[in-house]
Amino acid sequence: MQSPLPFFPEQASNFAGNVDNLFLFVLLTCLFFAVMVTLLVIYAAFKYRRNKPGEVGSLMEGNTLLEIAWTAIPLILALGIFAWGAIIYVNYRTAPSDTLDIYVIGKQWMWKLQQPNGRKEINELHIPVNRNIKLIMGSEDVIHDFYVPAFRVKMDVVPGRYNTMWFRPTKTGKYHFFCSQYCGTNHALMGGWVTVMDPAEYATWLSGEVGDVNPASAGEKLFTQLACVTCHLANGTGRGPSLNGVYGAKVLLADGSLVTADDAYIRESILQPKAKIVAGYQPVMPTFQGLVTEEQVLNLTAYIRSIQSQPVPAKGAGVAPAAAVGKK
Amino acid sequence: MSTHAKGPAPQMPEKHYLNSTYGIFSWLFTTDHKRIALLYLASVTFFFFIGGFFAMMIRLHLLTPSGLLLSADTYNRMFTMHGVAMIFFFLIPSIPAVLGNFLIPLMIGAKDLAFPKINLLSWYIYVVGGAFTLYSMVSGGLDTGWTFYTPLSTVYSNSAVAPAVIGVFITGFSSILTGLNFLVTVHTMRAPGMTWFRLPLFVWAHYATSVVMILGTPVVAITLALAGMERLFGLGFFNPAMGGDPILFQHLFWFYSHPAVYIMILPAMGVISELIPTFARKKLFGYHFVAAASLAIAVIGFLVWTHHMFLTGQSTYAALVFSFLTFLVAIPSAVKTFNWTATLFGGSISFDTPMLYAFGFLGLFLIGGLTGLFLGCLGIDMHVHDTYFVVAHFHYIMVGGAVMGYLGGLHFWWPKITGRMYPEWLARIAALILFIGFNLTFFPQFLLGYLGMPRRYHVYPPEFQVYNVMSTAGASILAIGYLLPMIYLTWTAFYGKVAGGNPWPATGLEWTTPSPPPTENFEVTPVVTWEAYDFHNRPDLGLDVPEHPAVAPNHGGD
Repeated sequence: MQSPLPFFPEQASNFAGNVDNLFLFVLLTCLFFAVMVTLLVIYAAFKYRRNKPGEVGSLMEGNTLLEIAWTAIPLILALGIFAWGAIIYVNYRTAPSDTLDIYVIGKQWMWKLQQPNGRKEINELHIPVNRNIKLIMGSEDVIHDFYVPAFRVKMDVVPGRYNTMWFRPTKTGKYHFFCSQYCGTNHALMGGWVTVMDPAEYATWLSGEVGDVNPASAGEKLFTQLACVTCHLANGTGRGPSLNGVYGAKVLLADGSLVTADDAYIRESILQPKAKIVAGYQPVMPTFQGLVTEEQVLNLTAYIRSIQSQPVPAKGAGVAPAAAVGKK
Repeated sequence: MSTHAKGPAPQMPEKHYLNSTYGIFSWLFTTDHKRIALLYLASVTFFFFIGGFFAMMIRLHLLTPSGLLLSADTYNRMFTMHGVAMIFFFLIPSIPAVLGNFLIPLMIGAKDLAFPKINLLSWYIYVVGGAFTLYSMVSGGLDTGWTFYTPLSTVYSNSAVAPAVIGVFITGFSSILTGLNFLVTVHTMRAPGMTWFRLPLFVWAHYATSVVMILGTPVVAITLALAGMERLFGLGFFNPAMGGDPILFQHLFWFYSHPAVYIMILPAMGVISELIPTFARKKLFGYHFVAAASLAIAVIGFLVWTHHMFLTGQSTYAALVFSFLTFLVAIPSAVKTFNWTATLFGGSISFDTPMLYAFGFLGLFLIGGLTGLFLGCLGIDMHVHDTYFVVAHFHYIMVGGAVMGYLGGLHFWWPKITGRMYPEWLARIAALILFIGFNLTFFPQFLLGYLGMPRRYHVYPPEFQVYNVMSTAGASILAIGYLLPMIYLTWTAFYGKVAGGNPWPATGLEWTTPSPPPTENFEVTPVVTWEAYDFHNRPDLGLDVPEHPAVAPNHGGD
C-alpha cells in the first residue's frame, strides 16, 4: 500500500526495523529540541518585543550553570545515539558465516551478478527469503554503490578492491536497487530489481530456463535486461550505434572496410565486440561471452532483425552512408 | 526601519571611501579593504547567479520522473557546475571576503587590514581562478560532481576537468591569503582598549574561520594538484589500474572539504552573533562560551572528515572513531544556538529585516544541524548516505544557514557600506518569501532521501515524483526571494534614504564612524572603553538606559 505522501520505504530486511527504530528515536529527540528552541524563540520574541523606541534590554549576560547544563545534556544524548548507531553498523559490517555468497560487478552503467551455481544476471538479483546473503563486490571502472532502500543497506563498490555487504531479506517481493555513488553519464539508469523468493521458488528459478516466448520479444526483453539499450540508443546519440535498420545493411568499419550485418556478424559483435568496430565509435562495448546463452544470442538477433524496418537516424547509425557504399 | 530617529535628518558625509577617487583604475588598483570588499561583492554575486541558474535548470528538469529538459550528460554538468560555482566561488568567499573584509578593520578600530596589497592580490587570484572555472564551464563543462571523485574525474570523465581543477586550485590561494590577512590584523591592529574579550563575536568567528582556511586549504590544493597531474599526465596516484588508491583521494579531499563547511557556516554564525544582540538591545548571553565554541568547531572540525566515507569499506574502527568525533563537533553548535536563544530573554526585540534573517537562520540552522546527527550516526547513515537526505541536510546548513546569515548581514551593514537604507517592508517580504521558498524546496528532500532516492539522478522512479514537484515549486519561490534583494539593494545603493552613521543603533566600532566611512575609516583612532554589545554604558547612542546601580562587569579586560 503506497500512500500519496509516503514516509518510510518498505521494511524487507533484518536491518530495516532496527534502522527505522533508531531513526524514529533520533527524530523524536531532535524534534524535542527543535520544538523547545522554536517555542522559546517565539515566546521571547513576543514577550520581549520592543515597546518604546529608546528601550534597551536587561543587563543579564550569562549563567555558567546553564552553559554546563546545555553542554552536558546534549552530549549525553548524542553519545547514546552514537552508541545505538554503532551497534547496528558493527553488526552490518560483520557478516555471519552461513551466508549465500553472490558476486557483484559494477561497471558503467550496469550490474553483473552471479549466483553460487554460476547463473548470471544483469541488473536483476534473485535471492531466497530468510537466508543470510553476502554480496562480494568489485568494480571494473569507477566507484559505484549498491543500495537497496527496502533493506536499508548500501556499500560502495570500489575499483581495485572487494567490498562486501550482508543482509537477510525478510519479506518476499520485488524491491528497487540503485547505484548511489555518482558514476558518470547513466548513473541514474544503473539500477534494477531485487526479487526475494520463497526458497522452493528460488530453487526452481536457479535451475530454470528462459520462458516460452517468441524469440524477437524475448530478445527485446534481453536488450533491456542486458542494458544494451543504455548505449545503443534508437536515436543514434548513444555510445554505441543505433541498431535500427542495421540488419542486412552494409556497415562501415573503423578500418574503412564494409561488412554486411548478417546473423554471424551480429553474433560476433555480441560475443567479441572488439573484433569489428563501427566507424565513428570507440571500442567500449564489453563482451557478453559467457553472459548469454546461444539461445539468448539468437533471441537478440531476432530482435535486431525485427527492427530492420525502423527509421535509421541521420546521425550515429551504424549503417554505411550510400556514398561510402558507392565508393567501394 | 529603525524607529530610533532623533534630531535632524541624517546627511551623507561630504568625503567618503566611495567618492574619494574616481575612475576604473581607482577601483582595480585600490588597496582600501572596503573597496576590495565591494569588488568581491560583485564577483561572488556573479557566481551566485550562475550557480542559481544551474539550480533552476536542475529543479525544472526533475519535475517529471523521466526528466523534462536535459540529457543525462547535460544534467550531470548542471549539478556539478552548480556545486563548484556555489561552494568554491560563492559560499567560501561570501561572508569572509565581502563582509569580513569590509568590517574587520572597522570593528577593531584599524585603518585597513595588515597587508592591503595582499588583500588586493587575493581578489585577483580569485578572479583568475574564476576565469579558469568559467572556461571549463563553456568549453565542455564539468561532470564529475563538485567532489571530483577519482578515478571518474581523472580517467573516465569526458568533460573539461583540468581547467576546473586548475581554477579551484588557484582560488584556494585567495582563501589562504585572506585568512592570513585576518589573523595578522586581529593580532596586531586592535585599537587601544579593544581587548580580545571585547572583540565582537563576528571577529572571533572570522578568526576561527581564518585558522581553518590557512590549515585546510593547502591540503585541497595538493589534492587537486595530484588529481590534475593524474588527469593530464597519467601519473597513477588514485587510479587503481596504475596502482593508485581512489579512497586516498577521498581522505585528502574531505580533510579540507569537511572543515570547508565550517569556513562557510562560522562566519554566518558570527553575523548572527551581531544581529541578535543588536536587535534585542542586550549583551550576547555567554559571550565567552560562544567565542570558545567557534574555536572548538574549528579544531574538532578537522577531525571528522571520514564521516563522508562510512560506506567506502573503511575499517569499522575508523568509522566508530569518526562517528564519535562527529557527535562531539555538534555540541559547540548546540551551545551557540542555546546562547542566541537565551539572549532574546529580557531583551527589547525589534523585527527589522536583519533580525528576521536571524530568526530564519535559527530555525533553518536548527534543522540543518540536527539532521547532521542522523548522518553522523552510523546506523542511519548506512541507509541515507548519498541520498537526497544528504542534499537536504547540507542545503539547510549552507543555504538556510550561511546564505541567510550573509543576506542578514548584507541588510544590516548595507547602510554602513552604501550610506543608504534598503526599503524595510519590501525587504521583510523578501525575507519571508525566502524562508517559505527555502523550506518548500528542501524539506521534501528529507522525505525523498529517507524513501531512498539517490543523489545526482537525472531520472527517477515515479514513486518519488510528488516530493520532487513540491521541491521544484519551492525553488521557483526561492528564486524570487533572491532576485528581490538583488534588485532593491542595488537600487538603494544609489537612491535609498540616507541612513546616517548609526541608524539601528548598534554598539560596534564600525557604527561610530560616518556611513559610508572615510577611506581611513576613523578620523581619530578610537579608544575602546566598553564591552561588546554593552548598550548600558553607551550614552552616545541616545537610548533610555534605566538608572541602575553601577553593575560594571569587568571580566572582559585582560
